[in-house]
Amino acid sequence: MSIDEHTAARVAKLARIKVEPEALGALAQEFNTILGFIEQLAEVDIEGVEPMTSVTPQNLTRRADVVADGDMQDAILKNAPDAREGFFAVPKVVE
Amino acid sequence: MSTLNKLGLAEARDALRKGETTSKELTEACLSAIEGAGALNAFVHHTPEIALERAAAADARLKAGDAPAMCGLPIGIKDLFCTKGVPSQAASRILEGFKPEYESTVTQNLADAGAVMLGKLNMDEFAMGSSTETSVYGNAVNPWRRAGEDTPLTPGGSSGGSAAAVAADLCLAATGTDTGGSIRQPAALTGRVGIKPTYGRCSRWGVVAFASSLDQAGPMTKSVRDAAIMLEAMCSYDPKDSTSANLAVPNFEAALTGDMRGKKIGIPKEYRMDGMPDAIEKLWQDGIAMMKDAGAEIVDISLPHTKYALPAYYVIAPAEASSNLARYDGVRYGHRAKLDAGDGITEMYEKTRAEGFGAEVQRRVMIGTYVLSAGFYDAYYNRARRVRTLIKKDFDDAFAAGIDCILTPATPSAAFGLGEMTDADPIKMYLNDVFTVTVNLAGLPGIVVPTATDAQGLPLGLQLIGKPWEEADLLSSAYALEQAAGFVAKPDKWW
Repeated sequence: MSIDEHTAARVAKLARIKVEPEALGALAQEFNTILGFIEQLAEVDIEGVEPMTSVTPQNLTRRADVVADGDMQDAILKNAPDAREGFFAVPKVVE
Repeated sequence: MSTLNKLGLAEARDALRKGETTSKELTEACLSAIEGAGALNAFVHHTPEIALERAAAADARLKAGDAPAMCGLPIGIKDLFCTKGVPSQAASRILEGFKPEYESTVTQNLADAGAVMLGKLNMDEFAMGSSTETSVYGNAVNPWRRAGEDTPLTPGGSSGGSAAAVAADLCLAATGTDTGGSIRQPAALTGRVGIKPTYGRCSRWGVVAFASSLDQAGPMTKSVRDAAIMLEAMCSYDPKDSTSANLAVPNFEAALTGDMRGKKIGIPKEYRMDGMPDAIEKLWQDGIAMMKDAGAEIVDISLPHTKYALPAYYVIAPAEASSNLARYDGVRYGHRAKLDAGDGITEMYEKTRAEGFGAEVQRRVMIGTYVLSAGFYDAYYNRARRVRTLIKKDFDDAFAAGIDCILTPATPSAAFGLGEMTDADPIKMYLNDVFTVTVNLAGLPGIVVPTATDAQGLPLGLQLIGKPWEEADLLSSAYALEQAAGFVAKPDKWW
């Protein structure tokens, strides 16, 4: 299975990473090298084998559905590149 | 000039308790060593004020007779751990300027145990790499050099800054994290001890996530005893990490008997790779002989799916990374790209992530995106997870057959030159983790102990792999190996 520039562009778009058109060829080539390496997995007989969901046989523990902390608006906004009036600010989303 | 920075944790702890030195003296010795070691680029954020403040508090505690395990011991913290008010940027441009408003559970546990934080340590960006060359701070440098050469070598990665700092005695010990070998490989390349505990032993809360089902924190130290002391201080059950194990943390140091009699050590034939250098083969055989002399029974075992571990890892880890790193969107923290007139939110995401992530991180995020995308999820991601089940079963079967721990080489070679892999394809760099990555996939504890130097005088290490939650037993076996090997070589100071 070979990845072309069109597929590389689609993956970059899905990953929300801007890739310049002239860089797509090299990117596709790298993908092909890595996917070629991963291809080995096709040799393994996985018939009847469950995909691993948890490496240790433990169930996720539940906790009471109560507010455990909060009231820390300043701390949450402190590292934002753009915070105004108690909110995260982003470019206009709707016209 | 003080040489207190050369002490290990156990020696320093004992000296502090006897009143032979103070935390202030230890801390000042480390700070001065750090100041003189800029050429190693190990410490990337310096926190001398915090260090001296904590040292004073530790000295007061020691005086009052309240001296927990790590009280007054100066250590370095990998940049992956969130530390309150101190830059924590996972060696990435995208977290430039980020100062967490909270403290990771592991670093909090260490602080509660009295440890003194000296600063933050260099690493590969988001812990993705095996040489620290993907770091936004530039690479760290290994204090070790080949005999008669001044070629700069890698300290390994991703915890390369931690390894370089401990190897150069800039601190008594350091934290690392290990997703595919990132504690054990750099420990091996710098002649130090590093342990990755069982998945779930150390809380992942406040540790910048790479691949959540594989990531574990652990100590990088100057001896097995030090690893036992520091690991115990790092571990805890933490309700803030849903995969944290609600199990009592044993007294690891007390378990260090080094008694190998009656123990069965497995030697997996699949770890004898094609083209394995003679030096690594000899290292392994010598280690086997040491364990045998110590009274262990050596048993040949088979872990048949070993060769599929790296390809499975390079599906699972990027898949989880692509999901985890989706949070870096330029909205809540870190870098946001400068936008052009008319740019909307999608352009903001795309430009921010293109500027903020380095090449290797971008590559892995996109591979992860691809293997999780519609039409490929089953063929790649689910297949890799099923292979992972088989890899874990290989270990389960070996342990069920009575094996206590497994002895393997730690790395396929000694430290390589910085820049040597730059033009190689990414797979060549990935092969560094060939002996360590299986352990993460199976969630097992693994420890690396330096046992010899190669013909060029560079350190080499062996790895012991233990049963889940049996770190105490694993550390004791590692202690036996350390005693038998008697590794004492140190790098000549050139920096």
